[in-house]
Amino acid sequence: MSEERACGESCGDMSRRAFLAAAATGVVAATAAALAPLKDITDLPTLEEFLRQHYKELTAEEKKEIMARIAAQVEKKYGVSPRITDLPPIPGVEFAYALNIGRCIGCRKCVYACVKENNQSRNPEIQYIRVLEMKKGSIDVETSSTAYEGEVPKKDSYYMPVQCHQCRKAPCVKACPVKATWQEPDGVVVIDYNWCIGCRYCMAACPYGARRFNFEAPQIPKDELNPEMGLLSNRPRPKGVVEKCHFCLHRTRNGQYPACVEVCPTGSRKFGNLLDPESEISNIINNKRVYVLKEEVGTLPRFYYYFDI
Amino acid sequence: MPQALKDYFIFVGRCARETIDGDWRYYLWLTALLCVSLLGLNAYCKQFVEGLSVTGMSDQVSWGLYIANFTFLVGMAAAAVMLVVPVYVYKDETLHDVVILGELLAVAVIVMCLLFVTVDLGRPDRFWHMVPLIGKFNWPISMLSWDVIVLNVYLGLNAHICGYLVYMVYCKRKPAPMWYIPFVFLAIFWAFSIHTVTAFLYVGLGGRPYWNSAIIAPRFLASAFTAGPGFLILTLQVIRRVSSYNVSDKALFMLRDIVQVSMIINVFLLLCELFKEFYTDSAHVASAKYLFFGLHGHSALVPWIWTAMFLDLAALTLLVLPLSRSLRYLDLACVLAIVGIWIEKGMGLIIPAFIPSPLGEIVEYHPTLNEWLICAGIWAFGMLLYTLFLKMTIPVLTGALAPRPADLRA
Repeated sequence: MSEERACGESCGDMSRRAFLAAAATGVVAATAAALAPLKDITDLPTLEEFLRQHYKELTAEEKKEIMARIAAQVEKKYGVSPRITDLPPIPGVEFAYALNIGRCIGCRKCVYACVKENNQSRNPEIQYIRVLEMKKGSIDVETSSTAYEGEVPKKDSYYMPVQCHQCRKAPCVKACPVKATWQEPDGVVVIDYNWCIGCRYCMAACPYGARRFNFEAPQIPKDELNPEMGLLSNRPRPKGVVEKCHFCLHRTRNGQYPACVEVCPTGSRKFGNLLDPESEISNIINNKRVYVLKEEVGTLPRFYYYFDI
Repeated sequence: MPQALKDYFIFVGRCARETIDGDWRYYLWLTALLCVSLLGLNAYCKQFVEGLSVTGMSDQVSWGLYIANFTFLVGMAAAAVMLVVPVYVYKDETLHDVVILGELLAVAVIVMCLLFVTVDLGRPDRFWHMVPLIGKFNWPISMLSWDVIVLNVYLGLNAHICGYLVYMVYCKRKPAPMWYIPFVFLAIFWAFSIHTVTAFLYVGLGGRPYWNSAIIAPRFLASAFTAGPGFLILTLQVIRRVSSYNVSDKALFMLRDIVQVSMIINVFLLLCELFKEFYTDSAHVASAKYLFFGLHGHSALVPWIWTAMFLDLAALTLLVLPLSRSLRYLDLACVLAIVGIWIEKGMGLIIPAFIPSPLGEIVEYHPTLNEWLICAGIWAFGMLLYTLFLKMTIPVLTGALAPRPADLRA
């Protein structure tokens, strides 16, 4: 009786072992099959990229190396040799923007100039500027349309372009869990594309819908790439990070206007140094009828709307 | 190696062996969970390669099912406190035998929460940027940095409490109060904090009027204390059916009291919110209008929320009636409440805040199959973890797994 049981147990043990071995093999095989899509990955970060420190921790030397590395990657991918700069903020300068709501005709030239200047993805489409076609008699954005078509300006409408407002009290900067977005001394809120973890909390925080996410690797036609690039502005972005308007800081810190200001056919867009009392922007803010969008959320934007009297 | 450590490893090894020992039902259950987990892993690999474009999210609706599930599960994890308080604060013995099962659930659920946050990241390879000291942590400014801290500490606290108490039972030693009582009380405070911080994540955003409401945190807690203990009522009945562990009806009915009161508070707070939104009828009502009635012809969430409302009310009715003193109706009420709250707190709380967008655009959100698969995978993985935890713990608690004489001698 006891011998029988012993045999039963040991035989059971054998089949149990075989069973467990088969199960373990099955689990390993199924896991390998589940992981199969990973073999198609093309944009894994290199070890250097993986270990790269936050922008503010980088030495000038390291920045130079990083810019050279990005330049090499751009050249390989697009066949264009870019000039990448990392211009510092200019002391005594605080940028601000003013948009003449009475003159804008909703032609969206600014939108396309921005896309081109800032190497925004054409597929999937990323645009920093949204032009709202507003019903006359209302300032409620809910009555507006961003997908309007046909000839502009329409009789019953006025137009309100919206982009990043470079808020003094920026909710996005507060939200970011890893300080990947911050405000520069000249007022521009920038993003370290190599530090952003893509949690999109900043997008939830932004009251102006100004932030865009790279849901997949951005695609830009080779012949449309703008080779004049800034490290914190328009150099090509990787998949999975957030981006937005940065007042074209690779241009504006070099004494040029943002692309949207330059292209505007009606002169509705004004840009300049708020700290210079003689500047056009100071003049507008002091003398025109000026308002900011969603003043009630207390973000204190550096982007003003105004109209002539 | 010191003897104590050796003993501990023997304990861990023997517990681990328990997990591969079971009848065909157990193996079938594990296989099913594993299959769904792997389907989820496969879907996640696709997302990792392609990017988040495989989801239904957009620039306008930048958070979806992942964060919805995350929010719901933080509540489930916090709910363990509803068992801990009666046992440790009021010294009520009714729930004494099940409190550890609640804490184990919290551990498994927090792991699910962390997975849901991870799959939502655009750059999961940069997770180390969030690690304090190595990365660059925006603490104490960013609410998300608070959330990372409170969730991980809560995980650690519960893992420690469960691990220590179970080991003491195994050793047949009386647990030393200094090694668990301070942690238990900290965990009580912490349970409230995880859900409050998660609520503050949303509440703190002035640009999203739908979330910018002080009642969100209390609502979160009330719904959590409904869904969590409700889930335990169901789980405990499964446990006593498939194992020799004794769970008394009295414990289940004490949980019923908790679920009942929480559900009443939950529905009351919901009504407060609805009154404020709809009676005021200011511009801020747009999201709530979209959720309940549709806005400008867009109404993707309307069927969801009315389903949730129906489930919530049915659950509430059952719970307040003496009917739910019968287990069958209590189970039904729990299922209704869990599903209702999952919708209300997930699809009903996260998505509408993005619709209409701050610029008045209405972009609807339809989760993709891939997204559903990832969610299902994480749920299955969490259930798998919980099953394994129970499989290891229950033999210890029933005394079936105790040190062998050989172990003691060694």
